[in-house]
Amino acid sequence: MKETKKQYWKGLEELTKNPEFEKHADKEFPEYLPISGESEGTGASRRDFLKLMGFGVAAASLAACETPVRKAIPYLNKPVDVDPGVPNYYASSYVNGNEYCSVVVKTREGRPIKIDGNKLSTVSGGGTSSQAQASVLSLYDKERLQGPELGGKSVSWDELDAEVAKQLAGANRIALVSASVFSPSTLATIEALKAKYAGLELIEYDQVSFSGALAANEKSFGKRAIPSYDFSKADTIVSFDADFLGNWLNGALHSKQFAQTRRLNDKKKTMSRLYSFESNLSLTGSNADYRNAIKPSEQGAYIANLYNMLAAKVGAPAVSAPKVGDTAVLTKAANDLWSSKAKSLVVSGSNDENVQVLVNAINNLLGCYGTTIDLASAVNTRKGDDKAMVNFIKDLNAGNIDGVLFFNSNPVYDHALGAQIATGLKKAKFSLSTSDRKDETASLTSAIAPDNHFLESWNDFEPVTGKFSLSQPTISNLFNTRQAGQSFLVWSGSSESYFDFVKARWTAKADGDKQTYWDKTVQAGIVENTVEAEEVTFSADVAAAGSGIKSTASGVELVMYEKSAIGNGSQANNPWLQEMPDPITKAVWDNYLTISPKMAEELGLKLGDMTTQLVSLKVGNNEPIKVPAMVQPGQANGTVGLAVGYGRTSGGKVANGVGVNAYPLMDYKTGAQSKAVTTGVSVSLSGEEYRVAQTQTHHTYMGRENVIQESILSKYQKDPSAGRDFPMITTYSGKTKPGNVSLWSGHEYPNHHWGMTIDLNSCTGCGACTVSCQAENNVPVVGKEEVLNRREMTWLRIDRYYSSDAEEGDLKDMEIPSAENPEVTFQPMMCQQCNNAPCETVCPVAATNHSTEGLNQMAYNRCIGTRYCANNCPYKVRRFNWFKYHDNDQFPENTSMNNDLGKMVLNPDVTVRSRGVMEKCSFCVQRIQYGKLEAKKEGRRPVDGEITSACASACPSEAIVFGDLKDPKSRISQMLKLENGENGPEVKEERAYHVLEELAVKPNVWYFTKIRNKEEKEANA
Amino acid sequence: MHAEAVVRKPLVTGGKTVHDVTEDICIRVEQAPAKSWYAAMAVSLALLGYGTFCVFTLVWEGIGSWGLNKTVGWAWDITNFVWWVGIGHAGTLISAILLLFRQRWRMSINRAAEAMTIFAVICALQFPLLHMGRPWIGAIWALPLPNTYGSLWVNFNSPLLWDVFAISTYFSVSLVFWYIGLVPDFATIRDRATGISKKIYGALSLGWDGAAKTWSRYETVALVLAGLATPLVLSVHTIVSFDFATSVIPGWHTTIFPPYFVAGAIFSGFAMVLTLMIVTRHVYKLQDYITIEHISLMNIIIMVTGSIVGVAYITELFIAWYSGVEGEQYAFFNRALGPYWWAYASMMTCNVISPQLFWFKKIRTSIAATFVISIIVNIGMWFERFVIIVTSLHRDFLPSSWAMFYPTWVDIGVYIFTFGLFFTCFFAFAKFFPVINMAEVKSIIKATGEKKK
Repeated sequence: MKETKKQYWKGLEELTKNPEFEKHADKEFPEYLPISGESEGTGASRRDFLKLMGFGVAAASLAACETPVRKAIPYLNKPVDVDPGVPNYYASSYVNGNEYCSVVVKTREGRPIKIDGNKLSTVSGGGTSSQAQASVLSLYDKERLQGPELGGKSVSWDELDAEVAKQLAGANRIALVSASVFSPSTLATIEALKAKYAGLELIEYDQVSFSGALAANEKSFGKRAIPSYDFSKADTIVSFDADFLGNWLNGALHSKQFAQTRRLNDKKKTMSRLYSFESNLSLTGSNADYRNAIKPSEQGAYIANLYNMLAAKVGAPAVSAPKVGDTAVLTKAANDLWSSKAKSLVVSGSNDENVQVLVNAINNLLGCYGTTIDLASAVNTRKGDDKAMVNFIKDLNAGNIDGVLFFNSNPVYDHALGAQIATGLKKAKFSLSTSDRKDETASLTSAIAPDNHFLESWNDFEPVTGKFSLSQPTISNLFNTRQAGQSFLVWSGSSESYFDFVKARWTAKADGDKQTYWDKTVQAGIVENTVEAEEVTFSADVAAAGSGIKSTASGVELVMYEKSAIGNGSQANNPWLQEMPDPITKAVWDNYLTISPKMAEELGLKLGDMTTQLVSLKVGNNEPIKVPAMVQPGQANGTVGLAVGYGRTSGGKVANGVGVNAYPLMDYKTGAQSKAVTTGVSVSLSGEEYRVAQTQTHHTYMGRENVIQESILSKYQKDPSAGRDFPMITTYSGKTKPGNVSLWSGHEYPNHHWGMTIDLNSCTGCGACTVSCQAENNVPVVGKEEVLNRREMTWLRIDRYYSSDAEEGDLKDMEIPSAENPEVTFQPMMCQQCNNAPCETVCPVAATNHSTEGLNQMAYNRCIGTRYCANNCPYKVRRFNWFKYHDNDQFPENTSMNNDLGKMVLNPDVTVRSRGVMEKCSFCVQRIQYGKLEAKKEGRRPVDGEITSACASACPSEAIVFGDLKDPKSRISQMLKLENGENGPEVKEERAYHVLEELAVKPNVWYFTKIRNKEEKEANA
Repeated sequence: MHAEAVVRKPLVTGGKTVHDVTEDICIRVEQAPAKSWYAAMAVSLALLGYGTFCVFTLVWEGIGSWGLNKTVGWAWDITNFVWWVGIGHAGTLISAILLLFRQRWRMSINRAAEAMTIFAVICALQFPLLHMGRPWIGAIWALPLPNTYGSLWVNFNSPLLWDVFAISTYFSVSLVFWYIGLVPDFATIRDRATGISKKIYGALSLGWDGAAKTWSRYETVALVLAGLATPLVLSVHTIVSFDFATSVIPGWHTTIFPPYFVAGAIFSGFAMVLTLMIVTRHVYKLQDYITIEHISLMNIIIMVTGSIVGVAYITELFIAWYSGVEGEQYAFFNRALGPYWWAYASMMTCNVISPQLFWFKKIRTSIAATFVISIIVNIGMWFERFVIIVTSLHRDFLPSSWAMFYPTWVDIGVYIFTFGLFFTCFFAFAKFFPVINMAEVKSIIKATGEKKK
């Protein structure tokens, strides 16, 4: 078909090519339309009108929706020293009962949110315990008493004071029952009370008593005091059930001292040797080079035998000592002690006076007094006298005591004879507790005068003779509470404020300007005077002590102990501590009977995945109690262990009903406390199933050298790379290091490159870092049920591995830890901040990505929660928000996110994560940013040590070091001996290794090999 | 035109005429459903209802209502996802690849197989969505959409993103392919229908007029789509396998995965087609269209792919031993002898041993045996994915993190939800859509004249 040439036109205008028409011919509507506002020069167009109307309607309808009201109250008058967003730090002292730690408190907008160690203190060594770390949450405990009570009714302080004055005035004998008091000012107020009420008597007791040691020291040296120990000077340490790295006396300081002797580098290739003789596997035992599992009844015999071995070397007369089974390790210990002489230390956790006299005799033989033991610097935190306490209880029940004041103590719960106190209290005319809560004791007293939390208090302390520290409030009283010292002042008739009282006592001694002295002292938090060393002469009758040693028993023996986290149970209502895994068992939210694998077999105990059975524990005449059994490798056969601090009935919602109370089982037959019960203990299966939540259920490292690399000292001395595993990858051109083969071109780090080293030799596994991390990073507590579901949220965990007796390659048997005496390795594990991070490549939305400073960072807002990153993480350190953990009644244990008061502890620099997002260790990026900003404001580079992670700052043994790898002078660069090689910086330190190096994910965390001070033939590795 | 040898056995038996085909197939659409259909639909809807409640619980409470934990971040969710995607492979394979290979026996089964594919992929798609911690934003952010977050883009390195592309492409192509195939049959129904059905089927048939030109276009489009779909059959499960193969986890980090997954997918897809076809064939009395010969041929494919899968399992074990890599060796030791040995044993029995029975012609041509084995195969394939995902994750590099996975009722409920969804869709399809491709089947009916001879 031919194309038509016909043309059509719209009208005559087009045909005639009218210029007026042609001008608008291309437009659909040739006439004017008001659509192009600007070109026409008019202000608002139709489109603008529609836009505005649309916006208006949307805005109006949005405004109609109800939005939650969130109150933010600005400062009307800004306090001088409080700037929003800028933290203030105050030196203070953590004191809870007889526990002490010198601390620095971080406050934000007037709220204390974090506690770190005071590096100036030599008493706590700059480290912290997990309990000190967690104590900031106890401040915001909703279940603290909100004001004084009289007969169960709220009253005003005036009413209470009037009643107390009346009652005390009418009382003949008044007992003031307290944990060891080591505050000079408080003691002075007590003196003032005594002065006013002649019948008042101070009775001190400790939950785990040192009464026997105190008596032994009095016998030996004429001084009733616990000496300061210096483990850093000891080459040989022998511990008989003294968990000095745990809760024995001053774990934080001892950990630091002990770690000093364990650190190895090119300049120091020697380390201490630790022998441990104990029944339960403790932190100390798990860090020991040689450990013997002994029954508690054997302890005295072992010590006596050790004495005899050493006495034989000196030529001193032997004491009568019962025979002990295996003396091989004991002989070895004796030889080592003898060769290190004064650089030795023997300690015992026994509360038996005779045993402690023998220990003193041994230390005296070795000449340890003056080197590793300083009796002049007496430790004042343990002064309790068992006999005085027992006499008090007798008097109370005899009705001889008219008034009882409980200060800093809760003996109805934490004393073996607590039940007798409870009944005896009915006979007293008046009783009062200064407890911060209606605890087991306070709920029975006629009056409660609630004490402040230490973060609300002024006070001074003398934890070690001559070494003082101050406590200052970091927040005004949350409730209508009053410091006990103040109460004592009021009741003694003084009108002075306790602050003035403390200050006056301090400034009285000052030379020069008193205010300046006071300000400086408060700022530093500590005053440490040098104490002249005393010449000590040992004067006890060793032979008598030797013959006082009881012969060994044969039945099942029970040994009570304190867990690192819960300790004596006074902070049991603190969910951070309840959920901190026990360093050894990795169990949370429970206490349990630790039994040896052999005993479990004999009992016929059936175990499943985190399921065990309740066993019935009968001790003496006590009612049998049902406790879950926990099979514990290393538990001395024939012994069972049970932690105190659990089974609270009036501790608070978090504490109540968790575990069983072991205090009533403490043996008081001799009138003194014994935490071991050696007779009349029986254990039988009850058949009931029970689940104990553990964060780790697989206990050996399966011989995987890419995880744990360890060796022994003699090998290390010959070759610093001893124990190292060097994986190689086979390529077409031969074998090469895994890091040399990569798909990735790597990252540029123009400014900083953050890294971390963890010395497996220094890490004692105490777990303080984990609580510090939890506090710093707003990590939620999930409760027992969720831990059973394997969903704890901690960013930092400490992996604990036991050695196995299995043949290499027997993959089934390698799962079973050595039953009798496993070697233990602790490995703190957090995000390794890989440079070739497997998590980063798999995230579909790039929510986890790499920073220019080497951090593997999480953008929570971007995360859609596929969990692919967590699956692909070889270290399994990523944590998913399975539920909404904040503002959710399903998680009442998570008090820091589920009530208004608890929320005050949250770190405002760290997001509280929402449901459905992934989270993980950020290397404390908020601290890094803060440190960089501070430096920038001052126009300088950040100084090494200025920026550190929460875990590193909390670590009492300084096993964790954080720093900038780009700074050649930084401690971490020095430790790693970083040198610039062909492929960027190379680590020349031979002990440093990457976990799973063969994957070539290139972590920024290095571990230093674990070196044990063992003989070659005895080492498992 | 396609020439067929006269001596060749007919693909449709029973001496069906072209009109019989129309009658036999259309009657199911036109008649009121049987009581058994109502019963089946009621069960499906009940499953769907209960499943919806479980899905609601999941979305309301959080992923914590599943049994996942810090160590095992995927379990039933991704197991079910891969399982359904695998099942969704048969339809397209039958229609596309067999079309290209001119396997005309496929004609009586491709419609139902394709429908099953579509529904299986829909079920599979539930899991990537529901397994997300925050599906309400994840559903959008996982797509490379322009946004106002600056230069924020999806992570093209992530295999999960590749999944998004692979599966959405596969789903769209399969859907279009299926729909194009349905158009002539819709027109047939339209021509016989009255009232509202006429309108609906009229709209669905896109104005089909049966002209030679229309047929020509129809066949061209079918061929083009078959060409497009064929690589997709191979690519989808290849890419799904990349989720695992590109990771570092021992047991996942395996180059054998792409072919192994594709074989497994065809294996399970054919099994699912058989399960459904045997039931449909029986209920709709389609024995003349879906003959024993069909079943036997499909069984052979199951046997072949099952053997490929078996070889892959053994290769994995060999490579684990041969590689000398500690983690890899343990992963496979643990699969076979660890706490999940029963899952591995189930997988081996169901996937490797059971299809070998099809070597026997008696079993291959037995309806009952085929039905049972087809279900066993899909149980086995579910366990395969469970074994790969859970036993690899639950014990990987650091023994401290080793953990067990225990499913909760919500895990099971969400799986049930997809069953409810699948069968509801399938029964609706069986009622409202022609279950056999009438237009194509008519082309393999022996002409009347031939029959008379």
